[in-house]
Amino acid sequence: MTKETRIDRRFAALKTEGRKALVCFVTAGDPDADTFAKLLAELPKAGADIIEVGMPFSDPMADGPAIQAASLRALKSGQTMVKTLAMVANFRKTDPDTPIVLMGYYNPVYVYPVDKFLDEAAAAGVDGLIIVDVPPEADEELCLPAMERGLNFIRLTTPTTDAKRLPTVLTNTSGFVYYVSITGITGAAAPVVNDVHSQVARIKGATELPVVVGFGVRTGEQAAALAKGADGVVVGSALVSAIKDSLGPNGDATAKTVPAVVDLVKSLSQALKPV
Amino acid sequence: MAGKDKKSSDAKLNSYRTGPDEQGHFGLFGGRFVAETLMPLILDLEKAYNDAKADPAFHAELTDLLTHYGGRPSPLYYAERLTEHFREVAAAQGGKGGAKIYFKRDELNHTGSHKINNTLGQILLARRMGKTRIIAETGAGQHGVAVATVCARFGLPCEIFMGATDVKRQSPNVARMYMLGAKVNAVTSGAGTLKDAMNEALRDWVTNVHDTYYIIGTAAGPHPYPELVRDFQSVIGKETREQILEREGRLPDTLVACIGGGSNAIGLFHPFLDDEGVAIYGVEAGGHGLDVENGHAASMSGGKPGVLHGNRTYLLQDADGQILEGHSISAGLDYPGVGPEHSWLKATGRVNYVPITDKEALDAFQLCARQEGIIPALEPSHALGYVTKLAPTLPRDNLLVMNMCGRGDKDVFAVAGYLGMTI
Ligand SMILES: Cc1ncc(COP(=O)(O)O)c(C=O)c1O
Repeated sequence: MTKETRIDRRFAALKTEGRKALVCFVTAGDPDADTFAKLLAELPKAGADIIEVGMPFSDPMADGPAIQAASLRALKSGQTMVKTLAMVANFRKTDPDTPIVLMGYYNPVYVYPVDKFLDEAAAAGVDGLIIVDVPPEADEELCLPAMERGLNFIRLTTPTTDAKRLPTVLTNTSGFVYYVSITGITGAAAPVVNDVHSQVARIKGATELPVVVGFGVRTGEQAAALAKGADGVVVGSALVSAIKDSLGPNGDATAKTVPAVVDLVKSLSQALKPV
Repeated sequence: MAGKDKKSSDAKLNSYRTGPDEQGHFGLFGGRFVAETLMPLILDLEKAYNDAKADPAFHAELTDLLTHYGGRPSPLYYAERLTEHFREVAAAQGGKGGAKIYFKRDELNHTGSHKINNTLGQILLARRMGKTRIIAETGAGQHGVAVATVCARFGLPCEIFMGATDVKRQSPNVARMYMLGAKVNAVTSGAGTLKDAMNEALRDWVTNVHDTYYIIGTAAGPHPYPELVRDFQSVIGKETREQILEREGRLPDTLVACIGGGSNAIGLFHPFLDDEGVAIYGVEAGGHGLDVENGHAASMSGGKPGVLHGNRTYLLQDADGQILEGHSISAGLDYPGVGPEHSWLKATGRVNYVPITDKEALDAFQLCARQEGIIPALEPSHALGYVTKLAPTLPRDNLLVMNMCGRGDKDVFAVAGYLGMTI
């Protein structure tokens, strides 16, 4: 067990309030550094309980077109890992409580290199990591060193994670468990609600950790339906699509960019409120 | 970590042929860096491959197909006029050398390259695993054609992912894939080359894991692909060994092969890795030159270690770990990574990796056509480009085997364009 993190505290508080977590994914530096900083600051007020900050990568193999495009917008605007960590540190100056999870692919972390990345992430106020392409078989190189620094290493479980494999996946997972609702890439098919419910129940039978459901969540109604039986939902592609739709003809941010995302987050948050 | 390093250096002393370890590592390189959705499948594949390896019926079926369908064994050909040519070059420089050149003629295989060795092996694995749909990435289109071919042969539907840039420059192969009944998806993300095709194939696989088998075309990707592709391609080196012993009564002195992901090269090299006297050269795509940023595809000569497409290996990347597109005149070599076993062989120093530029490869292409009456693919033209430099410096009794891993039919229109021919 790692010591208590912001993520643990947030889920404990949500439980007392009888609420589900709204986890919001946005890509660092999308569409540009300034707009992203404003957006990040607004998200908690709009109802984001936990924020996943994507670390842009040139080759996002597990992502669909929306998040691929977000990654490219960010890289084109000059986003680097140093800037991503600095953005989290800045956010922390005004928000000491909202958990931040960095999500992405291994290579930019590997070349940083790993120890320096983990030290700086912890110092910046990052609470957890989701690194899509580092499976539990490779825990020694990233997951365990992250735990030593008090960071939660959040693992994805998927429809292909069978009963035999589930314990392997859960062993060093902390903070929460991310259930990927479909076999596929982000933003693709809509999950089948009943299948998700039974899978989430199966995972909850194997762990005390909160379980959140992600991939393919777009509307408030869907979010509310998927959240039943789980502890929260993740919304990503829908948010970065809102960014894309708000951009000007040359791809620059407009006055509509931040409000477009904030409004969507507000409506999702509203839909998740207990009735 | 210290324990692991020691183990691999001990292994190095005894043999270069024992890798990978059970986690798929070749020293620091290799491994299984994939999303969780794919992990159970990759573990299943590993088990299926281990079962197949131990099953004589599997080997018998594969050997039969390689012989009667693939056209193996491929000849080991003494390239007499090129040998003479390099001796003249040596003499003109005041030397007495000029190695004796042999081509391992895998370009004569069914479908025109070494790729069929691997696709026959993997389609049998897919069948053993009960998979009913096949996907693959392709660069030059040779692997795509070889996959479409075995899918037609076994009546399985297949989808090929190919970068949009490559669809243009290798159009004859696109036509072949259609004729064989494959669906070809042109990938427009990135620079529209092999890396992007591989990303898209992985996305398809993750979406269709339940029924789909992914036939990776080179000795790269997550474990066990680098191992099984190597094993299927090692037929090249095993035959070469027998053939040269028969022809010359001894092992070769020098081996040369081109490196895209490294499958034809590891296939030739692997059976000789423990023969100390055999000097081995892997030839990477030097594009416009190693000093041109993002202008080449020489991941070992001009990149650094990283993690992409399931394995840790040398990669072309910027300081922030973003993968570069690279460049090569040859679509089959235009890939920013390389199979992990090559990265390890570089690290141990057993194999020498050298770059050859677009221009050097084009020159070698023409030389081979004129001197030997063989139109090579642009990929082995890189290997020949290095032979052109190396052979005149070697003594006459040096036996050099180069892997002629593909024929140039697919490249004739592109090369005609580069040479300014009007046809
Ligand atoms: C003829 C030929 N040679 C070589 C290659 C490069 O692949 P590898 O390095 O795996 O042999 C290709 C790939 O398309 C090819 O078509």
